[in-house]
Amino acid sequence: MKHTGSEILIETLIEQGVDTVFGYPGGNVLKIYDELYKTNKIKHITTSHEQGACHAADGYARSTGKVGVVIATSGPGATNLVTGIATAALDSTPLVAICGNVSTSALGKDSFQEVDIMGVTLPLTKHNYIVKHIQELADTIREAFLIAKSGRCGPVLIDIPQDVQFDVCDFKKKDIVSPIPAPIPSDEDITRAVEMINFSKRPFIYSGGGVVLSGACNELVKLSEEIDAPVGTSMMGLTSIPRKHENFVGMTGMHGRYAATNSMMNSDLIIACGTRFSDRATGNKAKFAANIPILHIDIDQSEINKNIKATHSLVGDLKYILPKLIDGANKQKKPLWHNEIQQYKEFEASKVVPQPDVMTPKNIIEEIQKYTKDDTVIVTDVGQHQMWTTQFYDFIKPRTLLTSGGLGTMGFGLGAAVGASIASGGKTVVLITGDGSFHMNMIELATAVEHKLPIKIFIINNNALGMVKQWQSIFYDNRFSCTLQHKKTDFILAAKAFGAKGFKAENIEELHSYIKEAFSSNEVCVVDCHISSDECVLPMIPPNGSISDIIM
Amino acid sequence: MNEKQHVILSVLVANHFGVLMRVSSLFTRRGYNIDSLTVGETNNPEFSRMTITTTVDEDTKEQIVKQLSKIYDVKKIKVMVRENTIEKELMLIKISITNDTRTEIMNAINLYMGKIVDLTPDTVTIEITAEQAKLNDFVKYLEPYGIIELCRTGITAIGRGNDKIFSLE
Repeated sequence: MKHTGSEILIETLIEQGVDTVFGYPGGNVLKIYDELYKTNKIKHITTSHEQGACHAADGYARSTGKVGVVIATSGPGATNLVTGIATAALDSTPLVAICGNVSTSALGKDSFQEVDIMGVTLPLTKHNYIVKHIQELADTIREAFLIAKSGRCGPVLIDIPQDVQFDVCDFKKKDIVSPIPAPIPSDEDITRAVEMINFSKRPFIYSGGGVVLSGACNELVKLSEEIDAPVGTSMMGLTSIPRKHENFVGMTGMHGRYAATNSMMNSDLIIACGTRFSDRATGNKAKFAANIPILHIDIDQSEINKNIKATHSLVGDLKYILPKLIDGANKQKKPLWHNEIQQYKEFEASKVVPQPDVMTPKNIIEEIQKYTKDDTVIVTDVGQHQMWTTQFYDFIKPRTLLTSGGLGTMGFGLGAAVGASIASGGKTVVLITGDGSFHMNMIELATAVEHKLPIKIFIINNNALGMVKQWQSIFYDNRFSCTLQHKKTDFILAAKAFGAKGFKAENIEELHSYIKEAFSSNEVCVVDCHISSDECVLPMIPPNGSISDIIM
Repeated sequence: MNEKQHVILSVLVANHFGVLMRVSSLFTRRGYNIDSLTVGETNNPEFSRMTITTTVDEDTKEQIVKQLSKIYDVKKIKVMVRENTIEKELMLIKISITNDTRTEIMNAINLYMGKIVDLTPDTVTIEITAEQAKLNDFVKYLEPYGIIELCRTGITAIGRGNDKIFSLE
């Protein structure tokens, strides 16, 4: 039986197990939206803006591990996805973006709402397509899903010109193909890795986002327990080990914990799992772990030796590799090493200034934590509030922190929170944001309210673009160029205008009472938490610096 | 170890629309320099073969190969071993001639085993295929006579003997 391109698209999405898509209709996806109208097997969430839809699909994917799907029309619809696609790419989120385009006969004529979105997104996607022949459509969509979720996950874009949505051809359902298998390291390579681990007296496990993506968090914790190694994480790896685990020393890097970075730099082996050694995590690459052997494990072979040279590497799935290492490793306690780490922790603790009972980022985040569960998804935007969240919130379960680590996309949070809340089937999702980030995409409040999503939004409001301002105070001699906000936005009125609840917390009593009220409500709630604009994120290792440059 | 070297990569790619852009975009984005890039269909029309030359250190070479292999349309990559590789480049070069210089230029063409493909009273256009160094020499030799224009294809390369680097699926 003949099917139209848009029927084939919808049927193939269903075949791939998709039941939720995010998007925004428009001229060149009318035919696709007509098909969505007819089916009850796919739920479509219409956002306020395509960028929000893309972040929502990303948040949906990050919180579940499933492939997120976003649909946008040609031209501006497609270009509005670009930031979302790049965000997904830099954090390895499996995402399929589907765009309409003008008809094939109108391509290349600068037709109305025509953009070469394949060209635009070429360096941002794992792969992308423009489908010009209806016969190729179904298999292209299948291949897109396969690529998005195989190996190191990432975004794939499919551009479908309008005439292809109308064209007809035969269509047969196919079974879902399992992801392309990851490489398997040789026995010799595994043995050598085990030898390195067994030789080490002061091993340090450095856990990245790849551990979370591969679902190998339990294995990572087990390895750490067996060889008695401390675990430090990158920001993306924060949820790979429960914060309260005795071997957890903290996040490393620019705003990481002193004890974590110092343990790493004083170890005699760094076991790096699922991380790319981003510059935010390493600081000065020449000074980073200059004389420490590095065992680098990643599913993407190009990460080996890209930023930091590895002494030995294993390319493959951590879920497969870590148990092999656990099998071979000597189970041995390392009290001397832990005594030393304890000293770093104590030094660090001695530097912590006691928090008076006032509106500080730490107090706000700790108060929020009183109302969340182990599996509550915490979403952030980008900036100081993001770092405070990663520093002060005690993450317990994997995939409970959704944050734009690689691209650092302000405005990511609310869309991602919508996606995570939809994915959870209506569970409470917390968004911790800043006044700068929230200004960017607060329009998605409309989406959250429309779908009655119990998203609790906490604006850590310092009336400034705090992180940039912090850099200006440290590196630009307090010249606060364009970072002191003079906007008159009343976030409470804004929340109410969108149909959400709004609370303004200017002191700690108000904070306690409004956080309680927000969590006891089923509605979208915005709590505007006012803090001093002088609050800084500390510790800080200046860009291109090392542990010796740390500002405590 | 990390001195810059001249590297020839032979890359088998799917004969798809956009694949040249994917490869060249990768080089641009990651800041790798391309000395030359040639591409053409193979005997199997599903695949094209690219020959890319670049001057890089060992670390960068490793990264180029790894990054290239992440492009979905790139099927196989081989770093060519110079001693075991035939590398050729084609050049078309147009020179001014006068009655005085005609004989000298003709001799040079013969010596370098070039071929005259167009001749007018005051110009001669030569086709020459050779290793890159020989072409460079030829250009240098002809410079004093007045080069009107030239174009070169960039290196294309293939392994010697039975060194079949790709089996075409």
